[in-house]
Amino acid sequence: MRAWLRHHRIAFADALRRISLLNALVIGVALALPAGGYALLDSLRPASARLALEPRISLFLEPQLKRADAEALGKRLRADRRIGTVRFVTREEALKEMSSVQGMAEVIAALGRNPLPDAYVVTSKEEIAGELAKLPGVAHVQADAVWARRLAAAAAVVELAIALLSAVLGAALVAVTFNTIRLQILTRRDEIEVAKLIGATDAFIGRPFYYVGLLQGLVGGAVALALVAAALALLNREVGALAQSYGSAFRFGFLDLDEALAVLGAAALLGWAGARLSVGRHLRAIEPA
Amino acid sequence: MVSFSAVAKRYPGGQEALKEVSFSLEPGELAFLTGRSGAGKSTLLKLIAAIERPSAGSVVVNGQNVGALKRSAIPYLRRNIGLVFQDQKLLYDRTVFENVMLPLAFSAHPPKEAAGRARAALDKVGLLNKEKANPITLSGGEQQRLAIARAVVNRPSIIVADEPTANLDAESAARILDIFVEFNQVGVTVLVATHDLALVARYGKRVLRLESGRIA
Repeated sequence: MRAWLRHHRIAFADALRRISLLNALVIGVALALPAGGYALLDSLRPASARLALEPRISLFLEPQLKRADAEALGKRLRADRRIGTVRFVTREEALKEMSSVQGMAEVIAALGRNPLPDAYVVTSKEEIAGELAKLPGVAHVQADAVWARRLAAAAAVVELAIALLSAVLGAALVAVTFNTIRLQILTRRDEIEVAKLIGATDAFIGRPFYYVGLLQGLVGGAVALALVAAALALLNREVGALAQSYGSAFRFGFLDLDEALAVLGAAALLGWAGARLSVGRHLRAIEPA
Repeated sequence: MVSFSAVAKRYPGGQEALKEVSFSLEPGELAFLTGRSGAGKSTLLKLIAAIERPSAGSVVVNGQNVGALKRSAIPYLRRNIGLVFQDQKLLYDRTVFENVMLPLAFSAHPPKEAAGRARAALDKVGLLNKEKANPITLSGGEQQRLAIARAVVNRPSIIVADEPTANLDAESAARILDIFVEFNQVGVTVLVATHDLALVARYGKRVLRLESGRIA
């Protein structure tokens, strides 16, 4: 057991000397694309997910409608089982809400009188907007379900694109590692031949190369995370200013800890896989003669 | 210890290196394998270490049928055989000491014990004072002695040497053979291939003469 650990320590130290930082950088850049794309998508997801889950329908009432009629309508809406929540927004409340939005206060003040109607805001997972529009007293219906669905569909497309990109660049990572290890095996041909002659097992000879693949992937993964963090920091400086002008505190968030660990783990695993493929193929070819 | 029965070896392309070779070496025996260049001496030695596989017949080393050995079992066979080559197959990017340490890298010996063994092996071949040198700076005879030190550091029960004295002057050659005799005296089975019949005659040991693919 101690000998086994010592062998691994020696192979590890050997591998540390042999990893190519340039290759790790290439791997890092390649992985930064899907990882960064995922981080961006993830930041946008909360908004789109909420919209897709609970599409809201706004029912704007006829301006002359009496409060009593409006309340009767409310009762009818609450009785409908397809409708989740019902919220009555009076025209005064709506005006107040609107005034709180940056720059709108002046616009409203210039209007002189309240142009807004009373409204009901309901949530429903079903397509009942058309039906609701026909209810007496309802002037206009606006459903955000349509654009919520579009947003969700767009997000799904982007997500699929990122998944495809990940697969392609993951394969590239394997290929880069495969080639690194192939070259290292070829340059150490003499040493490998001698090792085989004096009774080294393939596992022993291959071990440092496995570590090279693993470490190179790991360093590449770390480079990718650093690139993503740097890019997001840059983006957030500009996004922060933009969002503030809309009164929002929106920022692109960095990957969660488990996501960051997943990037590192996947990179290390793919590097190891590339090394394993390469060792399996090239080590066998070297036989003492 | 080593036993060949009706062994033939044909290389791809039809060249027949060994036709029908039968002999056996007793444990603790020292024998010379002689024959002209191309008589099949190297092929015979390679069969012992499973560097080549026999086309027919059986090669038994330490009770193991080498021809039927699984690929994964070959390293363990070789650990028990000290191989010495005409071209010493030393690694010139490391020191004399590190070259001797190579076979100990995958053994279970603690580092201190391994270093002690390596020094003992170097001492036996008279190279202890050169342990920090690069092998390229050694003379031909010294390089061959270094190859022997590497072959014996794991204390194999068999030493197989292919033309270890080729390209050496008479004095260096005699010194190499003396070293093999010393190992033999402590019980190691030794088989040395050489075409230097005059040198062989001085030792009065068993001689296996290979002639056109057979033991004559």
